[in-house]
Amino acid sequence: MQKVTLEIDGLKVSVEEGKSVLDAAKKAGVPIPTLCYHDELEPFGACRFCMVEIIRGNRKRLVASCVYPAEDGLVVRTNTDRVKEIRRMIIELLLPLAPAGPLRELARRYGVKRSRFESEDMQPTHCTLCGMCVRYCSEVVKYDAVSFVGRGVSKAVALTPEAQDQCVFCRKCYTICEAGRFPMLAEEYSV
Amino acid sequence: MRRLASREELEKLREELRGKMEKIERWVAVCSGPGCHVHGSGEVAQAFLKEVEAQGLGDKVKVRATGCHGFCEVGPVAVIFPERYCYTRIRVEDVPRIVSTTLKEGEVVEDLLYVDETTGKKVLRDEDIPYYKFQHRLLLGQHLEIDPEDIGDYIAAGGYSALAKALFDMKPEEIIEEVKAARLRGRGGGGFPAGIKWETTRNAPGDPKYVIVNADEGDPGAYMDRGILEGNPHSVLEGLIIGAIAIGSPQGFVYVRQEYPIAVKNMQRAIDQAREIGLLGENILGSDFSFDVKIHMGAGAFVSGESSALMTAIEGKVGEPRPKYIRTAVKGVWDKPSNLNNVETWANVPLIINNGAKWYTTIGTDNSKGTKIFSLVGKVKNTGLVEVPMGVTLRKIIFDIGGGIRGNKKFKAVQTGGPSGGVIPESLLGIAVDYDELDQVGSMMGSGGMIVMDEDTCMVDVARYYVNFLSDESCGKCVPCREGLRQASRILERICAGKGKEGDIELLEELGSFMRDASLCALGRTAANPVLSTIKYFRGEYEAHILEGKCPAKVCKELISYFIDPARCKACGQCVRVCPVDAISGGKGLVHIIDQDKCVRCGSCFAVCPDKFRAVVKLSGEPVPEVAPGTKIRKKAKGEKKCRK
Ligand SMILES: Cc1cc2nc3c(=O)[nH]c(=O)nc-3n(C[C@H](O)[C@H](O)[C@H](O)COP(=O)(O)O)c2cc1C
Ligand code: SF4
Ligand code: FES
Repeated sequence: MQKVTLEIDGLKVSVEEGKSVLDAAKKAGVPIPTLCYHDELEPFGACRFCMVEIIRGNRKRLVASCVYPAEDGLVVRTNTDRVKEIRRMIIELLLPLAPAGPLRELARRYGVKRSRFESEDMQPTHCTLCGMCVRYCSEVVKYDAVSFVGRGVSKAVALTPEAQDQCVFCRKCYTICEAGRFPMLAEEYSV
Repeated sequence: MRRLASREELEKLREELRGKMEKIERWVAVCSGPGCHVHGSGEVAQAFLKEVEAQGLGDKVKVRATGCHGFCEVGPVAVIFPERYCYTRIRVEDVPRIVSTTLKEGEVVEDLLYVDETTGKKVLRDEDIPYYKFQHRLLLGQHLEIDPEDIGDYIAAGGYSALAKALFDMKPEEIIEEVKAARLRGRGGGGFPAGIKWETTRNAPGDPKYVIVNADEGDPGAYMDRGILEGNPHSVLEGLIIGAIAIGSPQGFVYVRQEYPIAVKNMQRAIDQAREIGLLGENILGSDFSFDVKIHMGAGAFVSGESSALMTAIEGKVGEPRPKYIRTAVKGVWDKPSNLNNVETWANVPLIINNGAKWYTTIGTDNSKGTKIFSLVGKVKNTGLVEVPMGVTLRKIIFDIGGGIRGNKKFKAVQTGGPSGGVIPESLLGIAVDYDELDQVGSMMGSGGMIVMDEDTCMVDVARYYVNFLSDESCGKCVPCREGLRQASRILERICAGKGKEGDIELLEELGSFMRDASLCALGRTAANPVLSTIKYFRGEYEAHILEGKCPAKVCKELISYFIDPARCKACGQCVRVCPVDAISGGKGLVHIIDQDKCVRCGSCFAVCPDKFRAVVKLSGEPVPEVAPGTKIRKKAKGEKKCRK
């Protein structure tokens, strides 16, 4: 396997071609925070919390590190002002949906005192649509007992009634969910 | 028709077809495009066929139901050749006269001619109608010569000669060079150079490679691609086959929304006919090149038009954009190199191959070559499909071709680029329409939607409309787009309802730049354009909503009141009868009064108040004057002029 060498926050690191910038950062010991990434699952690229700035020549670009391939000579900055602004905005946007999960701790860490989007008429769904449950079921268990339904702002996670007899009761979906949605969902469907 | 085993056989067939045409003295192109169809062109075309038979002209006259001519506003339209006499708003009853007068005798039916509004004169030929005169109809012009259901018409008009040239006179690399030299840019949105994309796909490792037509056309109100697929499917197919030769692809797809049944039907027929005579399938025209095409029908979601989402859909999965930073030209359908181009992009290819890059680059601006079709809709007088050389000004399109604004209203803005395009104000009407200029002013070419707005349009309401459209049409996968749109929509709804807060404009701007930087695909990255461009050019209007509780265009329901002007009310009682909540009081001879607490602002009274009175007026941001119950209506004073502004 061919190796590529890149520079992350000043540290040089070599990884196999095909690895992501996030993989490389892990190897270099540079922490990049993530919300929808999971070791056992394909990178999903949906939360955008792992965004970093990459520099090629004199061009700067913001990319999601969990899906951006590590390239030879790439210069990566994981903590620029813009990157932090983006993370803060993601926290603010997700807080009204899942106020109880790990987001509060992240908010503290990033100095988000209050989300400008929290309001009384927005009921929390306790779901950030990170898709961990859906993806675990389809990628690891290889069933589709949990799936996404709808699109746009109506997108949600649902148990697939027709697929319930496939469910092997591994219960991973309960524990993989960090935002608190899953146990409630299961209750709604009384499984 | 027989299978063509060589280029010579194609040419022989063409001669035969043309020979048959020579016996025809006159022919009529009855537009059957989407616009004319709605106006009843189907019956008109049938009537022509019947009448020509009835008057015994069957072997001298040919009737063609063709694709869209462009001038949908005055449909059904028909053009009679060789004179090019153009008749508009034809009814079935007019057909016998047209047949006996024009098709038989070559005389004009005067009352069916188009009347030029500015000169008041009748115009004989289609090309002299102002709407067409300023256009350059390289693609749409072909529609007039072709029955889209008949491959023979396309061949007689010179069709598939570019394919033969590409197949026998050019190497694949030379085809790519020609397209590159023509500087053809993608007509579906981004304006990416087609030749460079072809080259990337050709050079990418992996087989087979795929070539794909994007006919998702998800922009509300736009129908350029539909117009071409319905009217001239072979031009798209020929372009696609040439692309396949250049790229080295054995398999193509046409991704078309299922809401376009006629486009699907005509394209399928075109594919079948081409296959039958050996222009598709094994050993095309006797060469060693083989290629075939399948139609893939999509559910017509806006996001499915995005390239990676479209490819995922072709694989049979839910059409969601992929997060990978690898171009579909390198890894597309089933991870194979896949070249996607828009309908109109493909339709330009045969022209370039036949006439050469040198000719093609004489049309357009420095960085945008050729023509572009726009679907001109909204508050212009002449709506329809408009094909102009790149670089004409917006003013020319809207005023010279579009005829200006309907109903003596004032122009306010034009929205280009589809739901994630931007609005452009009057001060910028002088810009040349090409990819770069539109980008620069905060809008984009997009696929060619052009919606004209008049003074009665509220720009906050416009932003709200597009944001709500995109909230429903985004795939909902990534946080910036989904949650950004959700919150932008809430803020805009709030502003339109008169509950905007100081800081809302800045928050919208912040959200917009975040979505642009952080979203996964181009939908989210451009979704804030309608918001950002309306703020940029009409900030005062946002401020009026938030700070003064006023909707300057008097559109936002929560911010307007209806009021009956006592000086104009003639007590006709019509408003009293239509008000759904009985909010209007007043009897014979008495000024009618709206009870503001009861009024639900449905606007029924405003609509029904006779034009000659116009007593019901809309107010916004000002108190509603008190009128004492029992006030008598004002009698017209002597010598009072009837006019009002
Ligand atoms: C949300 C979204 C919707 C799109 N819809 C269409 C469409 O309906 N038709 C189209 O040709 N391109 C559409 N595009 C652009 C395509 O992704 C792609 O760039 C284009 O088809 C490439 O062809 P071209 O280079 O010939 O324009 C869309 C892009 C996005 C982001
Ligand atoms: S930007 Fe919008 S449409 Fe694109 S992936 Fe994200 S949610 Fe889906
Ligand atoms: S971890 Fe969610 S997008 Fe990368």
